[in-house]
Amino acid sequence: MKRRTLLKGTLATSAAIAAIGSGLVTPRAVMAAWSKTAFEAKSVDEAVNALFGSGNLEGSSKVKIKAPDIAENGRVVPISVTTDMDGVESIAILVEKNPNPLAAAFTFGSGTEGYIATRIKMGKTSSVIAAVKANGKLYSAGKEVKVTIGGCGG
Amino acid sequence: MPNTIKIRAKLAGDTTVVKALISHPMETGQRKDKAGKKIPAHFIQEVTCEHNGKVVLAAQWGPAVSKNPYLSFRLKGAKAGDVIKLRWVDNKGESDETQTKVMVP
Repeated sequence: MKRRTLLKGTLATSAAIAAIGSGLVTPRAVMAAWSKTAFEAKSVDEAVNALFGSGNLEGSSKVKIKAPDIAENGRVVPISVTTDMDGVESIAILVEKNPNPLAAAFTFGSGTEGYIATRIKMGKTSSVIAAVKANGKLYSAGKEVKVTIGGCGG
Repeated sequence: MPNTIKIRAKLAGDTTVVKALISHPMETGQRKDKAGKKIPAHFIQEVTCEHNGKVVLAAQWGPAVSKNPYLSFRLKGAKAGDVIKLRWVDNKGESDETQTKVMVP
């Protein structure tokens, strides 16, 4: 009797582990499905709208973008965004003059800092914009990056 | 596509700095091959990072993220030995994941 209970218990646990492992149990912070609208938007405003809903993008000194003044290779431009505020939910990185401005969007869990670093492609000299959603409001900062060799089409 | 992720998570005081480098072509779909044909878009669309089973970062990427993408983020409240897992899925439905432990420098 004891053995059967033990086996049943083990089976249930391993089934649960298998379910979680296979992704059937959704993690607490649910990630939105890939936003085709946002990534195919042709303007910064359209993309931010599709991602975060409409709202005023308030320029803020609390959002800092680190990017080279001149990018020798437009295919690999290192960008980092730091935020000096609480409650940062998401950061989106956009390249104003790319055919589709939205490059990447990040959503943070509660213990994750409002910081992100990555590398993006820029087609030509353009403003790189960080759009931040914090406490339900939208903030942004931009930096002009000069590109000598474009990185979108080759 | 197995074994495409290199990841390191290092504790610096109270903060864990996670750095990852992923091998992936991140094709925009605009490049042409030698015959003049467009190389189809092939890029990572979703990246998720978990700390001890809880999602701490979820990313949506487009083809404008550079080839062999680099990613770094910072986590609070992790301890040495905690598990950090990273998984990506691309537009073709391919995926890979790996995990690492938080290390003290």
